[in-house]
Amino acid sequence: MKEGFRQSMAWLHTWSGLLVGWVLLAIFVTGTASYFRSEITLWMQPELQAARTVGSDGGDVVALAQQKLQAQAPQARTWFIEPPDGRDPSLQIAWRAAGKKGAFERETLDAASGDTLQARDTRGGEFFYRFHFQLSLPPLWGRWIVGICAMSMLVAIISGVITHRRIFKDFFTFRPKKGQRSWLDAHNASGVLALPFHLMITYTGLVTLMYLYQPWGITTAYQGDRETYFNEVAEKSTPTEASGRPAALTPLSPLVAQALKSWEGGRIGRITVDYPNDANATVRIARHDGDRISTHGDEIIFNGITGQEISRSTEAGGAKLLHGTFYGLHIARFAEPLLRWLFFLAGLTGCAMVATGLLLWSVARTAQLRKSAQPGIGLRLVNQLNIAAVAGLPLAIAVFFWANRLLPFDLPERADFEVKLFFVAWLLVPFYAGLRSPQQAWKEVTGAAAALLFLLPLLNALTTDTHLGVTLLAGQWARASFDLVLLALGGVLGFTAWKLGHWQPVARQKPVVPKEAAAGSNAAAAGNSMETTVLQEEAL
Amino acid sequence: MPSPGQLPAFFLSPRLAVASRAVAAIAGGYALAAVFVALFALLLPVLFSMERSAAVMAATMASFALHALAVITAFATRTAARAWLWLLLPTLTMAALLFWLQRGTGA
Repeated sequence: MKEGFRQSMAWLHTWSGLLVGWVLLAIFVTGTASYFRSEITLWMQPELQAARTVGSDGGDVVALAQQKLQAQAPQARTWFIEPPDGRDPSLQIAWRAAGKKGAFERETLDAASGDTLQARDTRGGEFFYRFHFQLSLPPLWGRWIVGICAMSMLVAIISGVITHRRIFKDFFTFRPKKGQRSWLDAHNASGVLALPFHLMITYTGLVTLMYLYQPWGITTAYQGDRETYFNEVAEKSTPTEASGRPAALTPLSPLVAQALKSWEGGRIGRITVDYPNDANATVRIARHDGDRISTHGDEIIFNGITGQEISRSTEAGGAKLLHGTFYGLHIARFAEPLLRWLFFLAGLTGCAMVATGLLLWSVARTAQLRKSAQPGIGLRLVNQLNIAAVAGLPLAIAVFFWANRLLPFDLPERADFEVKLFFVAWLLVPFYAGLRSPQQAWKEVTGAAAALLFLLPLLNALTTDTHLGVTLLAGQWARASFDLVLLALGGVLGFTAWKLGHWQPVARQKPVVPKEAAAGSNAAAAGNSMETTVLQEEAL
Repeated sequence: MPSPGQLPAFFLSPRLAVASRAVAAIAGGYALAAVFVALFALLLPVLFSMERSAAVMAATMASFALHALAVITAFATRTAARAWLWLLLPTLTMAALLFWLQRGTGA
């Protein structure tokens, strides 16, 4: 029965991976990009340059934000202030209007003057970040689809590990120019190389949205009262509504100074003011989430009128520490530059694993075709989707960045236009692929993506004065690295396109004969195909 | 149990068995994880004197591992019927316990 089990797992690995693979690849690519969300926004708003050089003394910036919010939204239910940090030079303010479903508004300010920032309208890195967990769909739909994909990924990882008995040997095995074997080796190597990362990122990803997927604990333990639950988690025992009596809000800067002093070298993450200008006003100051791994804890709550400290969160332990650590590991805000790059590389490895897995499916089935036989509808569909996902996505991302540099500064709804061009480019790829042979389509789409990415730093030099010639000399690493990564990605894709141009399908050395797969009552094995057998051979 | 020969051929179709396992894995696995979370959010404070909020968190975090395990089980058993048995047994047991607990607290 043991071989039957391994075979079932190989089958499960193939299908749990393939069915969600295309969406999964998009989730991996945008998630990997999101490690540098701030830096992408910085690159997409070259105007942010000036603010970067301003030395930001926490207190003064907060006073600026308070003035601005007092003028813009004195009656809001909640204010949010995010001071600039080493990665984002701007000052973010936001507020939620009073009422049950008050509108949420956000503004980006120049940290030096407090004026609304005059930068081009763009979603920046935020686009990738949002797409990563809701796919530009209505939030509930998007998040459920992403959840289903993540769950499939988890199953694919576990069944993949079970399938590969020789997991460490696989890691050191690469047989190039052997057609299907090479793809299998590449898939194994990229999968095994960063296996702890893949497992961690998949599980912690599910945890970030766990109350959406599994709200049933709150249903039974709290009779479905989410507000009480989250208040208990945050150890928040402050007024939960406005009193209706106006009162003057205390200056925020001294509270910030007090918080900084008690954190000894910590940074301010976010300041939240509930019911500003009301007798029940409270101020919550949270520590910067880059200061430690866990995202729970380190919040001080002040009375918003007297400025007295009301409470501070205690050191989290047990389940709460674990949850905070899971969450923190996923978003990786704690990661200082070197670690952040490692996460980025591990993310790219994940992209490679998903992409090679998708390719392996169609390569195995193409090799299986008899000479001059036409591929069936299933294989053609998978081929087209593979081209759209693997080659089309980099192309769409390149178009997104080109649009950012080429669209006129004052275009109405400019940010939306960038996003629309991203999707138009992406959706055109499968149609284009339908008109060409798979080999031509692979070569051309990959080549186009490579050229667009590689030429972006040049376009950047022609359209802005924050190009490599300036940023490298001035040591502006955040901007310079972006251009350098584009060159590297463009180079790798270009090399791939060139290889594809010379690519000859490798004939299989020996035909694969399904072993006793169809025998017995194992229905899963009976429904399988050569994919299982290939993985089986590998496992034996 | 009737011998396989007595069942209509339709029920022996491998495609149907795979579909049945898939439903067991996805829907059955979700039900198992959901009932687990609902039950252990109530049980953990009693068993280990955990805080109520920590219990909800711990049970919810563990649920995805349980669901993944359920999917593996659904495809590892010898027959599709066994897959259903393995998933339904713990789900129904926990559901019964949950039902009894909630009546007990008068909620």
